[in-house]
Formats: sequence, C-alpha cells, structure tokens
Amino acid sequence: MSTIEKDVAGPQLAELVRRREEELAELRARLAAWEAACDESPERDHPFSTVSGREVRALYTPLDRLGAPSYEDAIGFPGEFPFTRGPYATMYRTRLWTMRQFAGFATAEETNARYKYLLEHGQTGLSVAFDFPTLMGYDSDHPRSLGEVGVCGVAISSLADMETLFDGIPLDQVSVSMTINGPAVILFCFYVVAAEKQGFRSEILRGTVQNDILKEYQAQHAWIFPPEPALRCIEDMFAWCSGNAPKYNPISISGYHIREAGATAAQELAFTLRNGLEYVERGIARGLEVDAFAPRLSFFFDVHNDFFEEIAKLRAARRIWARALRERFGARNPESWRLRTHAQTAGVSLTAQQPENNIVRVAYQAMAAALGGTQSLHTNSMDETLALPTEKAVRIALRTQQVLAYESGVANTIDPLAGSYYVESLTDDLEREALELFQEIDALGGVVPAIEQGWFQKEIAASAMRQQIEVESGDRVVVGVNHFTEGSGDIEIDTLRIDPSVEQRQRQRMADVRARRDDAEVARTLDALAEACTGDDNVVPRILDCARAYCTLYEIRHAMEGVFGSYKEPVFF
Amino acid sequence: MSDERKIRILVAKPGLDGHDRGAKVIAAAFRDAGFEVIYTGLHQTPEMIVAAAVQEDVDVVAMSILSGAHMTLFPRVRALLLDAGVDHVLLTGGGIIPEDDAKALEAQGVGRLFGPGTSTADAIAYVREWFASRPAV
Repeated sequence: MSTIEKDVAGPQLAELVRRREEELAELRARLAAWEAACDESPERDHPFSTVSGREVRALYTPLDRLGAPSYEDAIGFPGEFPFTRGPYATMYRTRLWTMRQFAGFATAEETNARYKYLLEHGQTGLSVAFDFPTLMGYDSDHPRSLGEVGVCGVAISSLADMETLFDGIPLDQVSVSMTINGPAVILFCFYVVAAEKQGFRSEILRGTVQNDILKEYQAQHAWIFPPEPALRCIEDMFAWCSGNAPKYNPISISGYHIREAGATAAQELAFTLRNGLEYVERGIARGLEVDAFAPRLSFFFDVHNDFFEEIAKLRAARRIWARALRERFGARNPESWRLRTHAQTAGVSLTAQQPENNIVRVAYQAMAAALGGTQSLHTNSMDETLALPTEKAVRIALRTQQVLAYESGVANTIDPLAGSYYVESLTDDLEREALELFQEIDALGGVVPAIEQGWFQKEIAASAMRQQIEVESGDRVVVGVNHFTEGSGDIEIDTLRIDPSVEQRQRQRMADVRARRDDAEVARTLDALAEACTGDDNVVPRILDCARAYCTLYEIRHAMEGVFGSYKEPVFF
Repeated sequence: MSDERKIRILVAKPGLDGHDRGAKVIAAAFRDAGFEVIYTGLHQTPEMIVAAAVQEDVDVVAMSILSGAHMTLFPRVRALLLDAGVDHVLLTGGGIIPEDDAKALEAQGVGRLFGPGTSTADAIAYVREWFASRPAV
C-alpha cells in the first residue's frame, strides 16, 4: 500500500481518483488531437523499427506506462533493488567504466608488447583474445592448428606461454579478462599458476574468465565436451573460486556472441539471462549456497546500432536478474541480485565498405553502453571487418571511450534516461518479451534439451536471415553498403598482417617446453586428472598440478576428453 | 531453367572457426534460389570437405572462413580436390579475406571470394554464370 493510500481517508481518496481520471481523459484527448494534426504531415517512406525489427511509434507519453509498477518497484535507485538504474549507488561518479580492449595476436611475446602499449595509453584492464587452436583446446603444433596459429588471437599452449603473456605486468594490480570457453578451466589454471610464479596468491586475483559453455552450443561454437561434463567443470570452478579466488569472476554469461550470430535484442537478453539462471540452478544442485557464488557471476552484452533499445536492454537485464535471484532462488545477499556487465560494440555492425564510418558507429554504440550503465567496455576498431586491428585503429577506438567519458558529459549523472516515456516503455517491453521466451525454453524442457533440439540455433539463424533480407532489399539502410555507396570501392586504410613465421616460432617454443619439463611428472599429473574426471573430485586442483608440470593445453584436453567424450553438433541450416 | 538439373553446392566451414552466421545465410539463400545445398557443419578438415565433395558429387564447394586461415585452407582444399581427380568443381567462398589475398588465391585457381557486405544475390548470380559457362565434363 502506498503512502498516499494510507494517509488519505475515503472521500478524499475518491476525489483523488476522480481528478486523476479527468487528467488521463484530458491527456488521451490531447494525444488524439495531436495524432489527427500529424495526419497532415505524411511520414517519410522509412521503416520506423529498431534493428531487431521492433516497431517504434512516433511518440510516447505517460499513457504508455499506466499499468506499470510504481517507480519504487520497477525503477528505484541506483545500487538498490531492482537495480534498473545501475548496479552501484554512485556509478560513474565514483568510478568510470573500465576501458578494456580485447587484444591478442601472434605469440605471447607480441601480445605482451601490445598489452604494455595499451596500459601506457591509459587502458585500465586487459582482455585476452586467444587464437582458434587455443579456443578449441589444440596446441600450436597439433595438425589441426595448421594455418591458424596466432592468426586471430594469441597462441597459448602451456603455462610457459601464459608466463610470457604477462611478463612485467603485475597480476595483483591489473584485472584480466580471458575470452575462453571450451577449455576455460585449463586456461584459468595456467593463469592462476602464472600469478603464483609472480608471487601472488589466487585469493587476491581480480578478473574474469568467460567460461560460458551454453552460449557456445547456441551461437559461438568453440566447444570441446558435451554439455553435462562441460557444466560439471563450470560447477567445479564456481566451487573452487568461492573458496580460493573470491574476487575473481569464474564466468561471464555472454549475450554478445548470441547477438552477433543474428539474435534480436530481446533474444539476446532472454537467452543470456536464461543461461545465467541455468548456471545458478546447477550451482545450487551441486550443493553450493546461492549467495556463495551468485555474487561472482558476471555478464557480457552486445551494444548494437539501435541506441535506445540497447540502453533499455541493459536496464531490463538488471531488473530481470535481480528479481529472479531474489524471488526464484531466495538469494539474500544483495550482491547476488546485482547484475554487473561488460559490453562490446557490435562487430557485426561494422562495414568493410568505407571503414572510417565505423568510428562513428562505434561512438554511438559506446554512448549507449555508458547510458545503459555498463561496468566495462570494449570499443571495436574501424578495420576489424578487414583484419585484426592496427595500433592506430585501436588507439582511435580507445580515444572514443575517453572522449565519451571525459568530454561528452554522459558520465556526470546516473541513468539520465530514466523516466523517459520511450525508454521506460522499451525497458518494460523487453522485460516482458524475455519472460515470454523463458517460458518457451522451459516448455522445451530447459536450456540443454533446447540446445540438443537445435532450437536456439534455429531461432538465431532465422533472425539472421530476416536481417539479411532487410539489408539486401534496401529496407534497412546500411550507410556505404546499400545506400550512399559512392567511394565504397576504395579502401584506403592499412591492415595488420600476421607474420607467417609465427607458427614456426610457436612450434619451437613448444619443442623447448617439452624438452625442459619432467616427463614423469607430466604423466603423473595427467593420470590424476583423468581419475578426478572419472569420479566426483573437483578437477581444478588436478589441472593446477598439470599446469605446474607444464602439461600442454592439448595434453590436458585429451586426458579429460578420454573420460568426458566430445560434443557433436546437430547440423542444419 | 526448368529443364536444367539443379546445381549442387557444398557449403563448408573449414578449420576451427565457429562463425557460421554467414555460412548458414548463404546455404539458406542458395536453397531458396533452387540449388541443391549440402552443409558440412563446423570444424571440418580439408580432407573431410573433399571427401564430402566427392561423395555428394557437387558442382561447387563454397567455403566460409572468418579466421584468417584462408591462405592455408583454400590452397589445401584445392590441392586435395585435384589429388582426388576432381578438376571440374568450382572452389569459391567468402569471409574476412583481404583483397590482396583474394587475388593471390584466384591466381592459384580458386574462384571469386566474397567479402563482408556481399549480397547473397551477387554470390548466386556468380555461381549461375560459372555453371552456365563451365566446360563440358
């Protein structure tokens, strides 16, 4: 019961209701009159819809949110339930978002130099991009790695590479995010031991490992094991981190790849959060107290072209998560309710035609991320549809964030779009659509059965096809691609080329590691790991031992695969 | 066109790259345009792709590569196709492939390679033209 209802007696209340009804009737009449007047100015021939295909009306008014819950219930204050206005009370007034550029290429040495360059230029966190062999759990000298070593990320095949990657970068001070999923637990262990070698205990490590296998099956496709053993490894990491690395995020539940693969904003929101709830359920089923691990679950969203829809998506995400954790799982610790997220501008929105235009796209997307209240941000470089970014392109992308943070004024006040009739309506709509999609997933038997039926994959592919048709028909304008194409043929920017000697150098590094290590210790630790995989013991301590013995990534993968088997995707298009 | 047989195309994802948005859009667009489409699924080795091309007796192999491994994978698949005695198949594709690399691969006998922003209609028209003008086998 609101304060007004409590304080006002019967007749006065009736008077208030009557006056409110009069006001609404007046507003409806004014709106109808305005709409009638608009008929005299026909609209442009343009689809007034978001990039996700959501119809957008010409005007939003208080009438759009008449049935919505109160300010206190639905919006509230930053840092307070349901966190619509932001996960922290003071947001960017206390601390700006972390400017964290995803980077990695060639060998650990070259990437180490790039990290030092980024830190010198004011970047405040690191984010590791691994090459495809590493993402799939293959060593650089494995036959399947041919032609892919160090090409679209850095090659890390053992602890030795991880040590080189962070040479001279103190891991007690820099927070590091690692985008790795299929073999996440292995790379995480390399990282923990690399820090150990620098003299730092796991208890002080800050950072994040992506470790979100569900969205790999759905969208990104860098998997190794089937869902059940893969989820067991993630539960092992939750358990190990809650006791040994309490400041570290053992997962970053990611919508980014779901969106990039073709999903709409609502699908990205729903699939990501539903995956998050699945991880919570698994942790609880494993016997963990929800408040022991939920505070360390972190998120990662895409920020696409439609400015307001993306802002609303981030606001809706926080509200849905907070309510689900409190109401569905009974979490008591507000830290469990608080959705913290990384954001990245939409790679898929970049164009190869007139690539300099991408600087502008990225700037708008970055502004949406800040207005949506992100905790960290990667801004894409203009040349990323052509190759890995050059230093110059990366510097411009980072400067874009700095201009936003220090010049634009958007960081001065918290959630400045709250109360906008349009943004609040969009937030409500996205929340409702996400909850409807949750029901569809539940009707299929949950996340894993829906993956096995190919449901997510088909939904995402259908959305991708719809967007392709819109672009090819010219209905969806893409500047420089289907409209305003003059000059699109001449690409006048430099691109980064990976030195072909990288693969050879990396093979040599592998040979050196294999020659230096104690083979008996390698065999012993791998056997112990296989045994843990067979039973119920936590795999993390066993993989840490493998890392210390300089077992390679593939050796560790292979030992686990012997027990767990490998994933076979349902193939369709 | 109705008296002509359907063109058979293998859409393939070689290497470790998991980005299949483009491959699936291309496969669906070719199917909708009346082609016989076989899609390999992800993470295929060159050997697996060539085996599928032979077994399915395709006219066209279209590879989607966004991983930067195109300079290794296109020549490898081409060499294996020739080893298998398949010299009448068009090897084409698309992805994140710099123009200079596309030219170098064309000089080695690979067909046209399509970059980001390509319309599916252009890719379909290219394959139709190639098929209409291919040497008799």
